[in-house]
Amino acid sequence: MSGEIIIQTQGLTKVYGTQRAVSDLNLTVREGEIFGFLGPNGSGKTTTLLMLLGLTEPTGGWARVAGFDPLRESMQVKRIIGYIPENIGFYEDMSAAENLHFIARLNGMTDSMSTARIANALASVGLSGEADKKVGAYSRGMRQRLGIAEIILKEPKIAFLDEPTLGLDPEATTRNIEFIQSLSRDKGITIILSSHDLKQVQKIADRVGIMLEGRMIAVGTLDELATEKFGIGDRQVSLDDLYMKYFQEVTL
Amino acid sequence: MTGIGAIFRKELSDHFSSYRFTIIFALIAMASLITTYMAGIGLREELAGVAKPNFVFLMLFTSTGSVFSLVQFVAFFGPLIGLLLGFDSINRERSSGTLSTLVSQPIYRDSIINGKFLAGVATISIMLVAIVLVVTGLGLKLIGVVPGPEEILRIGLYLVISIIYISFWLGVSILFSILFRGVATSALATLAVWIFFSFFISIGASVAANAMVPIDMHQGQPNPELVMKRLKIQRNVSLFSPMKLYNDATGIVIDPTRKTTQSFVMMGQIERMSLERFQRPLSLPQSLFIVIPHIISLIAITFICFGISYAIFMKQEIRSL
Repeated sequence: MSGEIIIQTQGLTKVYGTQRAVSDLNLTVREGEIFGFLGPNGSGKTTTLLMLLGLTEPTGGWARVAGFDPLRESMQVKRIIGYIPENIGFYEDMSAAENLHFIARLNGMTDSMSTARIANALASVGLSGEADKKVGAYSRGMRQRLGIAEIILKEPKIAFLDEPTLGLDPEATTRNIEFIQSLSRDKGITIILSSHDLKQVQKIADRVGIMLEGRMIAVGTLDELATEKFGIGDRQVSLDDLYMKYFQEVTL
Repeated sequence: MTGIGAIFRKELSDHFSSYRFTIIFALIAMASLITTYMAGIGLREELAGVAKPNFVFLMLFTSTGSVFSLVQFVAFFGPLIGLLLGFDSINRERSSGTLSTLVSQPIYRDSIINGKFLAGVATISIMLVAIVLVVTGLGLKLIGVVPGPEEILRIGLYLVISIIYISFWLGVSILFSILFRGVATSALATLAVWIFFSFFISIGASVAANAMVPIDMHQGQPNPELVMKRLKIQRNVSLFSPMKLYNDATGIVIDPTRKTTQSFVMMGQIERMSLERFQRPLSLPQSLFIVIPHIISLIAITFICFGISYAIFMKQEIRSL
């Protein structure tokens, strides 16, 4: 990946009371990249994403997203980021199309402008036939796909996907990962993918970062990390092995 | 204020399509119609064969009929509309995960709370205007008197005060929906506040007045100065209740023959002579002059309550949303 730097943080820190959720994070992500954001629960991944979105104020350090300061220019930042939170939320008493119409209105699109885009977004994730069904009747996998449709509708520069495969069966996981990959391949969207599903991340991520207790303990391509830790290329080492190696080194 | 229109539209549509709204509207409309019908029938009988007095149309709103008048009914049960419209407005979004979706869109965070409050106020306004129009129509049919321009203005003013009053309760319920994560907790808290201000503050006012100015009723004629002092304390304490403010304000506005918000007046010779200048019903500006402090107080507490909700919502960390 040789795109321009689109996300940069320097010394980014977030402290809640006495707990350091994110500590001195230095990170760069390039345009068009799929960045796998790994780490156990509570390692600071979601807090980092929230700070990059301008939804949480950092305690220290700074961040730039496409040149904007997320804290002072949060509107510009939110315009160029699509975000799927871990517990993806849609209005259950509204249909998928109605939910997307509402999102489109929040993004300043008129109904006439958004109708075709919504149909296209739902078709892209295979939900055309379920467009008028209430989201309350959707499975978790369908909701995640609706989240991806929301990203397609918004056409952002960057997508933050927080555990987009959590709780999905293997088939739905594979399907969603393909949709996510197509966001990068077909739309050129930079993707930050936070996930515990290391096999799926290994399939699509250009680079990965491993966080533990608020600190970034490793960052690089799989090849770089595999060479650093095992002295062999990434084709012979799984991301699971790499992750466990880093994890054990830090915790022991 | 990007996004406020979209949120307002969605909330309004949610309110009007909810069973909750349908049920409360049906209950209030039914009770209003029954109250008005009873009052109208009573008035028709009383007015049979006599010249109709001025402002007879307004009596529809103040006549007690069988149990209570329309004004009393709205004063007592009106808050329930506000409470029901807002008690889960924020915590429901939080628990269903839609609040994260909303705040990650390119809208200012205050658009969410502003849109919800405005949609609630619009719903309350539409509901009250509809009920008053139906009541007016029924009144026209029952007593056969067309309201004069001043009566229409007074009804309009009554509507405005009622909307402000119920909006205050909407603000209270939104505040609790921000403070409490559980929908049931915020519902119970709003009900508790309503019960406190509706029932217990008058008892509390009486207890406070007794404690501050004890009068021994067994020792013959009580000192009038002490009685007045006690009544004043009781009245001042009860003014902390929005219901009291509302009752006083609407009582004067809708009944031009009422000349004071006080129920008990002790007058000397000079005061009596002075008041004799106002033998006729008060004009609208005169009525308004009496209740303007009450109206301003109602507006103020509504804004204060919404302001607190606004400040807390804006300061909440997103991780806790």
